[in-house]
Amino acid sequence: MIRLQRLFSAAAPLLAVTLVTLIFSSVTTAQTTADKAEKPARARDISIGLQAAITSMDPHYHNIGPNNSILRHIFEALTTYDENGKLTPALAVSWRPINDTTWEFKLRKNVRFHDGSPFTADDVAFSLKRVPNVPNSPSSFATFTKPIIDVTVVDPYTIVFKTASPHVLLPSDMSQVLIVAKAVGEKATTDDYNAGRAAVGTGAYKFVEYTANQRVVVKANYGYWRGEEPWDKITFKMLVNPAARVAALLSGDVEMIETVPTADIAKLEKDKKFALSDKVSNRVIYVHLNQHQNKAPVFMIDKSGKPLEKNPLQDVRVRRALSMAINRDAIVSRVMEGRAVAASQLLADQFFGTSKKLKPTKYDPEGAKKLLAEAGYPNGFAMTIHGPNNRYINDAAIAQTIAQFYAKIGIDVKVETMPSSVYFTRASKLEFSYMVLGWGTESNEQGSALRSLLATYDVAKGMGVTNRGRYSNLAFDKALSEALVTMDDKKREGMIQAAAEMVMGDVGLIPLHYEVSTWATTKALKYSARTDQYTLAMSLKPVGAPSSGAVR
Amino acid sequence: MITTIASSVVPEVQTPLRRFVSEFAESKLALAGAALLTFIILIAIFAPFISPQNPYDLAKLDILDSRLAPGEVSSTGAKHLLGTDDQGRDMLSGIFYGLRISLGVGLASTVFAVAIGLTLGMIAAYFGGWVDTLIMRIVDIQLSFPAILIALILLAVLGQGVDKIIVALITVQWAYYARTVRASALVEKQKEYMEAAKVLALSKTRILFRHLLPNCLPPLIVVATVQVAHAIALESTLSFLGLGLPITEPSLGLLISNGFTYLMSGKYWISFYPGVALLLTIMSTNLVADQLRDVLNPRLKK
Amino acid sequence: MFSYAIRRLFQSGFVLIAMSFLVFVGVYAIGNPVDLLVNPAADEAEKLRATIAMGLDKPFYAQYLSFLGAASTGDFGRSFVFNIPSLELILQKLPATIELALFAMIIAVTLGIPLGLIAGLKPDSFIGRFIMALSIVGFSLPTFWVGLVLIMVFSVHLGWLPSNGRGETVMLLGVPVSFLTWDGLAHLFMPALNLALFKLSLLIRLTRAGTREALLQDYVKFARAKGLSNTRVIGVHVLKNIMIPIVTVIGLEFGSVIAFAIVTESIFAWPGTGKLLIDSINQLDRPVIVAYLLVIVALFIFINFLVDVVYSLLDPRVRLGASNASGH
Repeated sequence: MIRLQRLFSAAAPLLAVTLVTLIFSSVTTAQTTADKAEKPARARDISIGLQAAITSMDPHYHNIGPNNSILRHIFEALTTYDENGKLTPALAVSWRPINDTTWEFKLRKNVRFHDGSPFTADDVAFSLKRVPNVPNSPSSFATFTKPIIDVTVVDPYTIVFKTASPHVLLPSDMSQVLIVAKAVGEKATTDDYNAGRAAVGTGAYKFVEYTANQRVVVKANYGYWRGEEPWDKITFKMLVNPAARVAALLSGDVEMIETVPTADIAKLEKDKKFALSDKVSNRVIYVHLNQHQNKAPVFMIDKSGKPLEKNPLQDVRVRRALSMAINRDAIVSRVMEGRAVAASQLLADQFFGTSKKLKPTKYDPEGAKKLLAEAGYPNGFAMTIHGPNNRYINDAAIAQTIAQFYAKIGIDVKVETMPSSVYFTRASKLEFSYMVLGWGTESNEQGSALRSLLATYDVAKGMGVTNRGRYSNLAFDKALSEALVTMDDKKREGMIQAAAEMVMGDVGLIPLHYEVSTWATTKALKYSARTDQYTLAMSLKPVGAPSSGAVR
Repeated sequence: MITTIASSVVPEVQTPLRRFVSEFAESKLALAGAALLTFIILIAIFAPFISPQNPYDLAKLDILDSRLAPGEVSSTGAKHLLGTDDQGRDMLSGIFYGLRISLGVGLASTVFAVAIGLTLGMIAAYFGGWVDTLIMRIVDIQLSFPAILIALILLAVLGQGVDKIIVALITVQWAYYARTVRASALVEKQKEYMEAAKVLALSKTRILFRHLLPNCLPPLIVVATVQVAHAIALESTLSFLGLGLPITEPSLGLLISNGFTYLMSGKYWISFYPGVALLLTIMSTNLVADQLRDVLNPRLKK
Repeated sequence: MFSYAIRRLFQSGFVLIAMSFLVFVGVYAIGNPVDLLVNPAADEAEKLRATIAMGLDKPFYAQYLSFLGAASTGDFGRSFVFNIPSLELILQKLPATIELALFAMIIAVTLGIPLGLIAGLKPDSFIGRFIMALSIVGFSLPTFWVGLVLIMVFSVHLGWLPSNGRGETVMLLGVPVSFLTWDGLAHLFMPALNLALFKLSLLIRLTRAGTREALLQDYVKFARAKGLSNTRVIGVHVLKNIMIPIVTVIGLEFGSVIAFAIVTESIFAWPGTGKLLIDSINQLDRPVIVAYLLVIVALFIFINFLVDVVYSLLDPRVRLGASNASGH
């Protein structure tokens, strides 16, 4: 008897764990009990779970996605991107280039700030002036205002910008500069915006509360010029941990979450209480290959551990082999669970300047081996793949899967993944040979991505600023530079496409896939998924409601 | 009972070792624990020979076989008793190999941390004065330094690897032992036997290690056995925070933390079975350690 | 006693300076915040501007000295990320964490000591062994895993408790607290339990070990022989004997609970300093990391001081300012 008891007590922890497992595996098969998820406390108040912290309510303080997304509820810009990444009017009704270096914007009339004062060209001029002068800004919006050398207010609803050189992306840049009220903003500091005193915009929602690292609350702006929104109050909660975010949705604590972990998508899809929406984003996941020096980089050696004679990554055959050895379809279907699109260039097909001729490199391990042999590495070599582990969707798993593919073509491969705090500093110092990275193109135009990632690194010209592979191709540089200053959209698109074909054919970098952003809501809601990865309440409607948004 | 009979029949073979073994064997549960622990250690040692797959050989993994449920057969025809993880790694093999790493990391870091903590803690208590002050203030600093920051610094400076994780865990834990030891040593120091030892003018080393040490050990052993488990769990937490071991050579903790992602989607096996293995390991370690403590504790001697 | 306190205070100053230096060097070694905070598309001029704005253009020693200078006037600098004075940011988050830590310690102590006593008094009974076996679960499973399982069971499956965040707060002596509201308690329970589990297991084991030892001590045997009631023997003699190690551990653990509730706060989105710390470390927000760790060191020093005082109260043989005790 006593022995039995002892046996049982020894087994107790096991039993406890088994019990718990049974409970939660039943949770995953049975429908969740989140009945309250279907009817929020008040139908017009909703909570949304966000994946990252909002660092400020000052629209000109920190140029990062999460801030830019949330601040669009309170503030608006002259132009804006719609859900499909098309540039559309916002506070401006129309714009046109007067000549190569002059742009005229016509502003919307009868728009009022949250404090009731009218919106005019003075507010635009003031906002542009404030942008480069925000103290302590860790990442300034001056990138977008810098090309403008002169601003003229022609009348309250007409404003003219002069640039030093032809700047085709000006209308796109204007979508990034949010307009603040001059009357309120003249003496306002970042603290005033955080406290709400200065957070006065023209947007669909008004500021209620901001608590750093915790939540942002906004309420409806009933006089909004596009028409009333279906929500009275929205609470954005920072739920950085992915599992916690999903749990909050399942338990009915929030009605919507962004960036659904790929692991949970299949389950949510089956669950009748929730709805998913997704869209291919403007972010590409790619590999930069260190071609900086003729000497082999530190993390590429031969299999016995001796340094290689020369840098294999400078040989296009090696680069092509490394691209051919990757089974992109397997990464998309298994690692990303279908929430990605195999990539052939730096932006998905529907975006401006992408070439339809470019197709994702076919998986061909035999061909890759042959190419390696041709390049003088019949027995492969040894290398280390570096990648972040908290920056992109499933980033560490992607690095490990690539390593699998390379092991199969006879390369001895190691994988080191690390938090972005360590990773990006080391990557920028060109310490790595083979680095998994991502790039979101805010302008939705492939020219910008080519310029940052593949143009020859040149600080003075601002070219190739993030070219961590130091790929350099003078013919491509020339083609791209010409394209970037061509004002005619049609002509420019053709030139960018040609440049992209040139550089992708030379495997300047290895594109892997385009991320697909995913949102999950309760069944009662419908989110129109966006290419810019923003989570906007303005794109969220109750099911069955007519889509508002028509200009009054 | 058995011991008394045994010792009364052959009293002449009552060597310290025998005495120890027979005292240890008094508890059947501890014996069972010892058997289980031996079994687990054998698995860890012979993992390369008994695993169906070498889970660290990337060429053997196929992403298309990822997340197979327990018992499913992969594209190569291999049957995966406990399923596969998100990279197509056989879970059973992963657990066998992971045991090696987790046990190694847990034991190595604890042994070193205890050695450092014990020595410094005793020295602090025994000598007092500025020595005590200096050591204890270093302890204060160390205890306030978050494990994650230490791990991150080591990762940035030294790179990734099992040895770096062990260093990180030692750095995190030694201060803890130092403080515990100092507390009990302060009490012991005032007791009569210490006074006696001093009156006898025994050497300081002798007093420290022959007299003070054995009496400080019992509470330390409690803390240390718990901390072996804690070290393994901490390694897992560091992995969870992205600061752990190389992902291609997972420990139990890393397997658990990888499987964590799949907890809610019903693919429980990726973190459940490594969790069970971890639990069994820690349970058997503790059963053995509990009995060891009772047997070794001079004050529990009847 | 008084001179002892003064001496400790003096030493603390050095500890704080040493700590700030170590953190400065450590964060410097990890990476450059500019690489994380500046928009990747920004050019070199913009990176340089941000570097200057954060004061990172100066040499290392100059950065540290100017920090020391400012810190001596109580200014710990502004967060790189939030542009809020870092001390203000920390003080804003600290009440939530202290509340969570206190609650977790209450759970650990009120359950841990009685359970440990039972297990120690009846080591061979079924219940004694059962308690010990369960305590193994408490420290062998990683916190993040247990946390999510708790959420799965109590929030998702049963729908009893909210899955994240802090509940409604009320002001108590000028500090926002949530344990006085029903909603607050509901939010508090799971993270506190998650945080308490390890301490609970540790306390059970320590109490049991201490109890078993105490029962064999002469004075307890003597007390029993004198015919003192069992309750009195346990309550006075046994408990007193086991208190020293337990107080140490409570002191230590309370500090570490406050300092590093990182995982629990992340999983439960608890708006405390643990979450702030992990986010700051991930963003290399040095002013916040440094200020926070200095606050924590100060807290630890204070707790350790309290623990030492409690020692001397519990056991008159331990004298404060043990420096002169070794002389005899």
